[in-house]
Amino acid sequence: MLSSYPILSTLIWLPIIGGLLVLFAGRNNDTVAKWLSLIVAFATFVLSLPLWTGFDTTTAAMQFEEKISWIPAFNIYYHLGVDGLSMPLVLLTTFTQVLVIASAWDVIKERVEQYMGAFLIMGGMMTGVFVALDSILFYVFWEALLIPMFIVIGKWGGPRRVYATLKFFLYTFFGSVFMLVSFLYMYYQSGSFSILDMHTMQLGMTAQTLIFLAFLLAFAVKIPMFPVHTWLPDAHVEAPTAGSVVLAAIMLKMGGYGFVRFSLPITPDASMQLDWLVILLSLIAIVYIGIVALVQSDMKKLVAYSSISHMGFVTLGMFVLYDILASTGSLQGAQLGMEGAMVQMISHGFISGAMFLAIGVLYDRMHTREISAYSGVVNKMPWFVMFAVLFAMANVGLPGTSGFVGEFMVILSAFKANIWFGTIAALTLIIGAAYTLWMVKRVFFGPVTNENVEQLQDLNKREFAIMATLAVAVVALGVFPAPLMEVMHTSVGHLLVQATTSKL
Amino acid sequence: MNFVIPAFAPAIPEMVLLALTSFILVADTFWSKRYQFATYYATQATLIVVAYLIMSSFATAQVITFDGGFVRDSFADILKLFIVLVSLGIFLFSKEYLLQQKFFSGEYFVLGLFGVLGMFVMVSAHNFITLYLGLEIMSLAMYAMIALRRDASDAIESAMKYFVLGALATGILLYGFSMLYGATGSITFPEIAKIIEAGKADAVVLSFGVVFIVIGLAFKLGAVPFHMWAPDVYHGSPTAVTLYLGTAPKIAAFAIIYRLLAEGMPGLVSDWQTLIIILSVLSMVVGAIVAIVQENLKRMLAYSGIGHAGFLLLGVLAANPDGYAGAMFYIIVYAITAVAGFGMIIALSRTGNEFDKIADFKGLNNRNPWLAFMMLIVMFSMAGIPPFIGFFAKVIVIEEVVKAGFIWIAVVAVITAVISAFYYLRVVKAMYFDKADETGPIAPVSGELNWAVSFVSIALLVLGLMPSSLIELCYQSIGLK
Repeated sequence: MLSSYPILSTLIWLPIIGGLLVLFAGRNNDTVAKWLSLIVAFATFVLSLPLWTGFDTTTAAMQFEEKISWIPAFNIYYHLGVDGLSMPLVLLTTFTQVLVIASAWDVIKERVEQYMGAFLIMGGMMTGVFVALDSILFYVFWEALLIPMFIVIGKWGGPRRVYATLKFFLYTFFGSVFMLVSFLYMYYQSGSFSILDMHTMQLGMTAQTLIFLAFLLAFAVKIPMFPVHTWLPDAHVEAPTAGSVVLAAIMLKMGGYGFVRFSLPITPDASMQLDWLVILLSLIAIVYIGIVALVQSDMKKLVAYSSISHMGFVTLGMFVLYDILASTGSLQGAQLGMEGAMVQMISHGFISGAMFLAIGVLYDRMHTREISAYSGVVNKMPWFVMFAVLFAMANVGLPGTSGFVGEFMVILSAFKANIWFGTIAALTLIIGAAYTLWMVKRVFFGPVTNENVEQLQDLNKREFAIMATLAVAVVALGVFPAPLMEVMHTSVGHLLVQATTSKL
Repeated sequence: MNFVIPAFAPAIPEMVLLALTSFILVADTFWSKRYQFATYYATQATLIVVAYLIMSSFATAQVITFDGGFVRDSFADILKLFIVLVSLGIFLFSKEYLLQQKFFSGEYFVLGLFGVLGMFVMVSAHNFITLYLGLEIMSLAMYAMIALRRDASDAIESAMKYFVLGALATGILLYGFSMLYGATGSITFPEIAKIIEAGKADAVVLSFGVVFIVIGLAFKLGAVPFHMWAPDVYHGSPTAVTLYLGTAPKIAAFAIIYRLLAEGMPGLVSDWQTLIIILSVLSMVVGAIVAIVQENLKRMLAYSGIGHAGFLLLGVLAANPDGYAGAMFYIIVYAITAVAGFGMIIALSRTGNEFDKIADFKGLNNRNPWLAFMMLIVMFSMAGIPPFIGFFAKVIVIEEVVKAGFIWIAVVAVITAVISAFYYLRVVKAMYFDKADETGPIAPVSGELNWAVSFVSIALLVLGLMPSSLIELCYQSIGLK
C-alpha cells in the first residue's frame, strides 16, 4: 500500500530538522526546548504509525519505497524502504524517542537545548539506518550517528565520560570502516551500491569470506559480541540515562539488523561456512558475560552486561539456521529461531530501555548506582518497585513478559540444531535469574539501612507515565506476540531462502 | 625559423592578473598612507575580475599556445576558479588577522596575488619551463610572505627553512627534468609521452628522471618522507600565512603532479606508481600517528595535511582518469576544509593570543556555542565522518584504489582514517567536554569573520548532503580532455 506522502523521509527528517530547530529556538529557554522536543518526538511517533497500519504482511518486497538519484556519477541513490525486518525496528525507534525526551525532562540542567537536539537528530538518523536501501546512504547514517552520541556521552556523562566516549567512537568507527571497504569492493564488482542488488550479485568464496568477516567486525562491535564488547559497559556506565536507553534499546539493534540485512543475504556461503564462529561467540556471550554480570557492583554495568548476554541470543537465533537445515532438512525450525531473534531484539529494546530508565530514576534521587548504597527501596517507593520488578522479571524471561517469547523461541530452535547449543543457551535462564534477582533483592528489598534511602520519594507523574507505558508494552508483547510475528513472517521466510541460496 | 606570434587569448586571465598585480604593487606605496584598506579591496576585486574572465571564456576543449608551453582546458579552469575562491577566503581572513596582530601591510596581499599568478601558471603548465616558472613565482612569493614579520624570530626561522628546503626540492625537480629532457629530447609533456610510449628513450635515464621528479613533487606536496619542513613552517609562520601555505598551493601542487605524471609520462606508470604508493602509505601512517601528540593546532593541522596528502595520492596512484578525478575532488575539498580550519583559528585569535593551541579551545562550547559547532563540522569533515563532504572525498579516492586492485592500500587508508579520527576528536573533546581555563564569554568575533567561517563550515555540510555537482565537475573536467 502506498501512502500519499513520503512517510519514511518524514520520519528521518522531521526529527533532524526539529532537532536543529530546538538547538536554535531553545538556546536561552529550556521550557521551549523541552516542549518543542516532546512535540517533535511525539509527532514523529504518530506519523510512524501508518507504517504499521498500512503494512502489507503478504509480501517480502520493500514497501513505502522512495528512490531519488543522489550521486549519479557513482550510482548512489537516496533509496528508502521497509520490510518486515526493519519496520518493527523503526517503530521501536520512534517510540523510544518519546520516552527518552520525557525521561530527561527535569534531569538535565545544563545546555538542555543541545541535549534534546542531539537526541532528536540521533532519532532521525537511527530511522535512516533501518530504512536505507543504498549502502552508502546506510553508511552515512550509521557513521553520522556517532557524532551526537559522542557529544551526549562526553558532555552529560559520568566522571570517566571522556574515556568512555572516545572508546565508544573509535571502536565503532574502527569496526565500520571495513564494512565500507566491502561496499566499495562490491560496487566495483557490480556497479551498484544498492543493497537489493548486493543481495542478488554473485560472489566468489574468498570475497564472501572477507566481506563476511568485515561485516562481522562492524556488526559485532555494534551489537556488541564477545570479545569486542568492552566499550559497552564503559559507555553505558558513563552515559546519561537517556544515552544508555538509546544505546541499549536501538543502537545495539543496528548490529543485529546488519546481520539480517547484509551478512546473511549478501554472503550466504561464507555465513554457512563460518556460522560456528558466530554461534561460538554467542554462546560465550550468553554464559561468560552472564557470569561477569553476576559480580558487578554497579547497577548500570550489570544491566549493560546483561544486554550483551541477551544480544547473544539474537545472534544465536540468527545463525543456528544452517545447523537446523543440516539436522532436520527443512527451514521450519530455522524460521522459529530467526523470528525469535527478531522478537528478542524488539523485546530487549523495551526491557533494557526500561531497566536503564529505572536505574535512572534511582540515580536522579541518590546520585549513585552502587548496589551496596541501596537497600529496602520498596518501603519508600512501592510504585517504582512494582514496575522495576516487572522489568526485572521480563529481563529474566518470565512467561507472560516479552522477554520470554524471544528467548524461548531461540532456545527451542537451538535444541533443534544441536542439543549442546540448546543446553548451553538454556543456562542463561539460571544465570540471568541469578544476577537479576540478586540485584533486585539487594536493592529493592530488605530493611532500609541508610538515611538517603529513607528520604526517597516515589515516582512522580512523569516517571509513572514512562514506566507504565513500557510496562504495557512489555506485557502486551509477552502475552500477544502474534501481530509482531505476522509482520515479520513473510520477510523472515524470504531472508531464509536468500541465506540458503548459494551465490558461488 | 620564423617567429610566430602565439595566441594570447587563452592566457588572458593570467595576463590581466599580472597587470593588475603590478599596478597594485606600485599603487600600494601611495595608497597605504591614506587609505589603509585600498590594497585589500583592490586585491579582492582583482580576484573577482580574474574569476569572471575565466568563467566568461570557460574552456570546453583543450587549447595549447605559446609553442606548446601553456595549456587551457577545463581541468585548468576549474582548478583556477577554486584557487581564486580559496584565495578570496584567505585574504578575507588575513585582513582581520593582520590588523589584530598589528602588522597589516599591503605587501601581504601583493605577494599573495603573485603567488596566485604562480599557481595559475603551474596549473596551465604544459612544458618543463612553464612549470618551473610557475613554481618559482609561487615559491618566491611564499618565502617572502613567511618572513613578512621581520621581528618574529620563529617566522624568520620558518622562512629560512622553507627557503632552503624549497630550493633543494626545486633543484631535485630540475635535475629530474634535465634527465627527462636528455632522454627524450623534448620539454613538452605530450611529446615526451609520445617518445616514451614509442620506446625511443633510454629506460635507465628515464627511471632516474622519474625518481627525481617524484621526490621534488613530494617535497612540494609535503608527503612523507619529504615532509619535515611542513610542521615547523606551519607552526612558525603567522596564521594568515599558514592559511595561505596550507590551502591554495596544494591545489597547484596537485595540478603539476597531474600534468607531469598523467600527461607527461603515462608510459612510465610502472615506475612512478610504486613510488607514489610508498609516499601515499607513509604519509597516511605518519600523518595519522604523529599528529596525535601535537599540542599546537597549527602543527596538528600540518600533520593532518600530510595525512591528507597521502589520501590525495591514493587517487593518483590509481593511474587512470577516474583516479585523477577523485584526487582532484579530494584536493578541492581539502583546500576548502583547511580554509575553514585555519580560518577558525584566525577568527578566535586576539592581539597577544594566537589561539593556536588545542588547550585554547577548551570549553569553547560554553563560551561561543555557534563557533564550537562550526569547528565541530570542520573537524568531523577532516576526519571523514559523514554527512560532511570530507567523507565523500575519502570514499571516492578509496573507491578508486579498490578499483585499481589495491585493496590492501584501501585497508591501510581506512585504518589510518580511524587513527586520525582520534586527534580530530581531541579538539572536539576540548571544545565540548573540557572546562575553559578562562571563563566568561569569548571576546566578540568580528561580524565579517563570523559570517565567513560559518559560511565555509556550513558549505562543508551542504556539500556533504549534496556532493553530486562538485563530483560531476571533477569527473567531467578530466574526462573532457
